[in-house]
Amino acid sequence: MKRVLAAIIAILIFIVFAMAFAKVPFGDVNLEDYHYYNPITNETTQDSVPNHYLVEGKNDTGSTNIVTAVVVDYRGFDTLGEVTVLFLASTGVGALMYVEEKKKRKVKRANAVVETGAKLLFGFIILFGAYIFVHGHLTPGGGFPGGAVIASSFLLLYLAYPKFHAEHKKLNISESLAGLTFVIIGLLGLLIAGYFLYNFLPFGLPTYLFSAGVIPIIYTAIGIKVGSELTGIVDAMMGVRE
Amino acid sequence: MISYYYLGSIALIVIGIYVVISKKNLIKIIIGLDIMDTGVNLLLISVGYVRNATAPIENVPGPYVDPIPQALVLTAIVIGVSVMALALSIAIGIYRKTGTLEIDELLEVKE
Repeated sequence: MKRVLAAIIAILIFIVFAMAFAKVPFGDVNLEDYHYYNPITNETTQDSVPNHYLVEGKNDTGSTNIVTAVVVDYRGFDTLGEVTVLFLASTGVGALMYVEEKKKRKVKRANAVVETGAKLLFGFIILFGAYIFVHGHLTPGGGFPGGAVIASSFLLLYLAYPKFHAEHKKLNISESLAGLTFVIIGLLGLLIAGYFLYNFLPFGLPTYLFSAGVIPIIYTAIGIKVGSELTGIVDAMMGVRE
Repeated sequence: MISYYYLGSIALIVIGIYVVISKKNLIKIIIGLDIMDTGVNLLLISVGYVRNATAPIENVPGPYVDPIPQALVLTAIVIGVSVMALALSIAIGIYRKTGTLEIDELLEVKE
């Protein structure tokens, strides 16, 4: 009975959503055909927000990847809040998974293939994660995927070696330093130009590694922070093992 | 005519809603929330798609897709991961205290 009711509600919601989206055009949006009406100056221009980002983004931020320009530069304050949410989630998982009696779980040893593979691949996976977040302003990717890749290398170590344990103090230090770097760069922008997270370094040549001002520094900080937070989450969920 | 991309992502959202309403196991409800999350991300991305356009990385010429939905979905994925981790650890805590994950049995537990 309850399932039938749930199915009816779901089908109704599906019909309403489908009717709402039937009039939204798919794929044939021409970004240059927008007519933006400015209510303050009472005139119609052809500018739109995505068009502005695509045309002016390179000059405004120096970043080749426009998504990175939006995430780190135009909406940098939003990203600071996002990193804070991830930090709160990591703290919450650590607090909820804490057990006082330290009951040890028996874990069998992994076989030789997994152990040797983990030993060989660990460094390369960390290198790949670092590559992703250092090149965040040039290629797809950035701080968040790079941090997740780094955390996955630690997850491999947890799966291969039952006695492995990441040291919480070192994780905390790297996470705090990365967060502090982000905030200090924002405050430096406030001091130099009067805006929080202002891009105060020279932009350099586009498509080069040392370009886009503070964006690579901020993305490196985000990558280290996300990597250590996700490693902390993995560590808390694995518990104490023997 | 409505696009198949919209239909597919709306179907994912609706499947998630159905799972959340009808299932009675906490882990299954969390999986339903995750499916709903995926559907919303797919819907946002497909709204920003432009036909015959490339990713908004300015190494290559040509029209680019809308960068704003991609940036928003990047945020939404990270928030989704944190919500999922927190929800799972709350479920594990409930299981440690009461020894069950079924909602019917949890309603009868008194402490």
